[in-house]
Amino acid sequence: MKLDSKIPDGPLSEKWDKHRFELDLVNPANKKKFEIIVVGTGLAGASASATLAELGYEVKTFCIQDSPRRAHSIAAQGGINAAKNYQNDGDSIWRLFYDTIKGGDFRSREANVYRLAQVSNSIIDQCVAQGVPFAREYGGQLANRSFGGAQVSRTFYARGQTGQQLLLGAYGALSRQIAAEKVRLFTRRDMLDLMVIDGKARGIIVRNLISGNLEKHSADAVILATGGYGNVFYLSTNSMASNVSAAFAAYKKGAFFANPCFTQIHPTCIPVKGSYQSKLTLMSESLRNDGRVWVPKTPGDRRSPGDIKESERDYYLEKKYPGFGNLVPRDVASRNAKLQCDMGKGVGDTKLAVYLDFKDALKRDGQDIIARKYGNLFEMYEKITADNPYKTPMKIYPAVHYTMGGLWVDYNLMSTIPGLFVLGEANFSDHGSNRLGASALMQGLADGYFIIPYTIGSYLAEASPEKIAVDHKEFNISYLNAEARIKKLISIKGKRTVDNFQRELGSILWENCGMSRKNTNLRKAKKLIKELRAEYWENVLVGGSEKDFNQRLEKAWRVADFLEFSELMVTDTLERQESCGGHFNEDYQTDENEALRDDKLFCHVSAWEFQGNRRKPKLHKESLKFENVELTQRSYK
Amino acid sequence: MTKANGEKCINLKLKVWRQKTKDPKGRLESFKAENISKDMSFLEMLDVVNEEIIHSGKDPIAFDHDCREGICGSCGAMVNGRAHGPEKGTTLCQLHMRHFSNGDTVVIEPWRSRAFKVVKDLVVDRSAFDKIIQAGGYISVNTGGAPDGNAIPVPQEVAEKAMDAAECIGCGACAAACPNASAMLFTGAKISQFALLPQGHPETKKRVLAMVGKMDELGFGNCTNERECEAECPKEISIINIARMNREFIKSAISP
Ligand SMILES: Cc1cc2nc3c(=O)[nH]c(=O)nc-3n(C[C@H](O)[C@H](O)[C@H](O)COP(=O)(O)OP(=O)(O)OC[C@H]3O[C@@H](n4cnc5c(N)ncnc54)[C@H](O)[C@@H]3O)c2cc1C
Ligand code: SF4
Ligand code: FES
Repeated sequence: MKLDSKIPDGPLSEKWDKHRFELDLVNPANKKKFEIIVVGTGLAGASASATLAELGYEVKTFCIQDSPRRAHSIAAQGGINAAKNYQNDGDSIWRLFYDTIKGGDFRSREANVYRLAQVSNSIIDQCVAQGVPFAREYGGQLANRSFGGAQVSRTFYARGQTGQQLLLGAYGALSRQIAAEKVRLFTRRDMLDLMVIDGKARGIIVRNLISGNLEKHSADAVILATGGYGNVFYLSTNSMASNVSAAFAAYKKGAFFANPCFTQIHPTCIPVKGSYQSKLTLMSESLRNDGRVWVPKTPGDRRSPGDIKESERDYYLEKKYPGFGNLVPRDVASRNAKLQCDMGKGVGDTKLAVYLDFKDALKRDGQDIIARKYGNLFEMYEKITADNPYKTPMKIYPAVHYTMGGLWVDYNLMSTIPGLFVLGEANFSDHGSNRLGASALMQGLADGYFIIPYTIGSYLAEASPEKIAVDHKEFNISYLNAEARIKKLISIKGKRTVDNFQRELGSILWENCGMSRKNTNLRKAKKLIKELRAEYWENVLVGGSEKDFNQRLEKAWRVADFLEFSELMVTDTLERQESCGGHFNEDYQTDENEALRDDKLFCHVSAWEFQGNRRKPKLHKESLKFENVELTQRSYK
Repeated sequence: MTKANGEKCINLKLKVWRQKTKDPKGRLESFKAENISKDMSFLEMLDVVNEEIIHSGKDPIAFDHDCREGICGSCGAMVNGRAHGPEKGTTLCQLHMRHFSNGDTVVIEPWRSRAFKVVKDLVVDRSAFDKIIQAGGYISVNTGGAPDGNAIPVPQEVAEKAMDAAECIGCGACAAACPNASAMLFTGAKISQFALLPQGHPETKKRVLAMVGKMDELGFGNCTNERECEAECPKEISIINIARMNREFIKSAISP
């Protein structure tokens, strides 16, 4: 199979318009004949569900949590980008496009990214109309801040809870369609399998998490908006239920998985405290606008920060990158924190932390202004650490945060399985090998509000799928397979708990496939993963019954998938013999320890095709063409 | 018994509500939580206890949780009779064990409210809150065609007040803490957000009547000014929002 990205011809700025004109339309009266399944109610899934229902489609929406409002998107703090140029500081669609391409270290598609920048402005308008209480200037205009990696102020925000407010906006729109009976909502459901019938995505198998019953749902098209796979590392800033299972089920049914090695390590998280730790907490990177990152100049300096004089502090980011200072992109900031700690200059009990200091900002702006910007973040920090950041600098360390890799999609956001569309963090589309701050919310909502409504219509108009009954034999086969896998997990009754396995998997990946990667370590990791997976299926202890609300079983299913997926991730990491963005292979770096790309050999998307459990997946390459920007070595000096 | 390790760790006695299904028969079961680091969150403490329960072949304690950052609203339980535990303005997942002392007995129970039925152990069904929102907790705009975001200026103090109300995480503590099982704080917060913002004005009347009506229909009680909701709300949503809702309700009910 040859990958066809379906990028429209013509000049970059006209592609989307032209494409929209060329897409087939579904007659308004016919829309209600089509059923669409949406899995996920984060920004991508909620916005898609609401918009498709508004257009007249029959929508069935699924999520794991007890309410759609609790999807992981709710936790996004910092903000959402748009090319409004309200600040008149030189922003434009082109600049947002360029920054995103460059920030992604030239591993994303020009056409997708340009479209994202184009629709970004409509997102803000839409959200304002929904009553999202964005921050305002005194005069009542929308406020902006600058955010990691950008030299213009284009980030819109609602205190430190932007994701919450955007999601509640989309959840409101979704709720309106539920009330109108255009969306049927299924909460506390876990998608276990994708149904592919006659080569098209036609439904899903889910587990009702309360009763434990498996359910079959058919549709004319399926949308996955199931988020990212960061929890493969066990410790991450993702919510506890974030998983790869839905995407991985689709992969096993023929959807290619693209760039699984592109994961993002966020520089500003609260450092790990102990072995009981269940997740890591992000401190929004907006803090880097006012906070200054430093470590003591002398390795091993154990004095408390207040005792370390200005002249004894190393503001390493400001020194090394005078142009961007504390605002360098995430991958650069994370790697530099690790470098400092590797040199023995880390602070705190574990020595795996650097300071983020607000002393100067507090002196300059006063506590009121700083509290208005970051109050809730400071409070959260104090709750967790018992340190008051108004008085003593925060301690931060990088943590897994976001996954740029995901299911491969074409320009229409359709995967390699016809009728399966993938939105939001679950797809690979727009962020290359590194995502810029405040761009995930933008992408999720762009996909859901403004792209899928056009492209899915064209698919349905063209494919006009026949109705399928849920007693179709393919449904029954999948149902039995899922049931057997659940029974097997419960019946092992081994000695190690699911959490215990997941922790070990996480540490294998963090050590060997994390911020800094080496071929020898990657090979070792592959072996360790295989061994751990084999042990899992002999020695896992799940407990409880399958016909029950059984949270361990939920997790056991997810960890089983992580154990398979992680091998694919390491395979992809090994395959990409270059460094780019968040993927840093130590063999490929500049003299200044920056990621060294190899544009001759690796200027492509790596899309993996499942070949059965025992065979290595097949690699397909989609080469990336840059016709509008010049490939350069990223520099933030 | 393990000895509490210096000052950093404590030992606790837990009494946890166990209920297998929505059939309301249940009881308190005792567990020991030993060597609990004071840096742990309350939910991490439960994780540790659950790992032991699993090893002993019993059914671990079921509890809802997801973000563990105090924002998704999944978690929540009555801890020694207080919704989300003893700390003000804190969700259960953000409650840290440093607020407990060695030897404490901690009673953990699910939200108790007419409109929230127990699903299992500490897990409750809060879909009634979703239904209140479905009744009108939104501004009716379809995707597309929205005017420029700056077309309608919103004074900063108005935006801030709307944001104060919009911070609600839908956790249910207010209704659980209220002696009347009232959902007024939750509903009032949403109504206030839209009553404050100019975008919300056209529908205010319809919205307030529909949401208040739904609240009553679902079995939530009335507000008799006990102020328990405000005291227990992890986002410290103010009861000013209830007053605002009542004002809008009266305006809507008497105007033609
Ligand atoms: C702490 C934090 C802060 C962030 N801050 C920002 C920020 O300031 N700006 C920014 O742009 N980005 C930010 N991000 C990134 C951004 O929040 C996410 O990338 C984005 O919200 C993902 O949205 P989504 O709709 O794709 O998926 P999610 O919000 O993850 O939603 C996934 C949905 O899928 C459902 N689901 C998953 N698996 C299954 C399954 N197997 N069966 C059924 N349902 C399933 C879930 O229930 C959920 O409803 C942040 C991320 C984190 C972790
Ligand atoms: S008002 Fe407060 S207590 Fe009630 S649901 Fe909202 S956040 Fe929870
Ligand atoms: S787990 Fe999300 S608020 Fe507590």
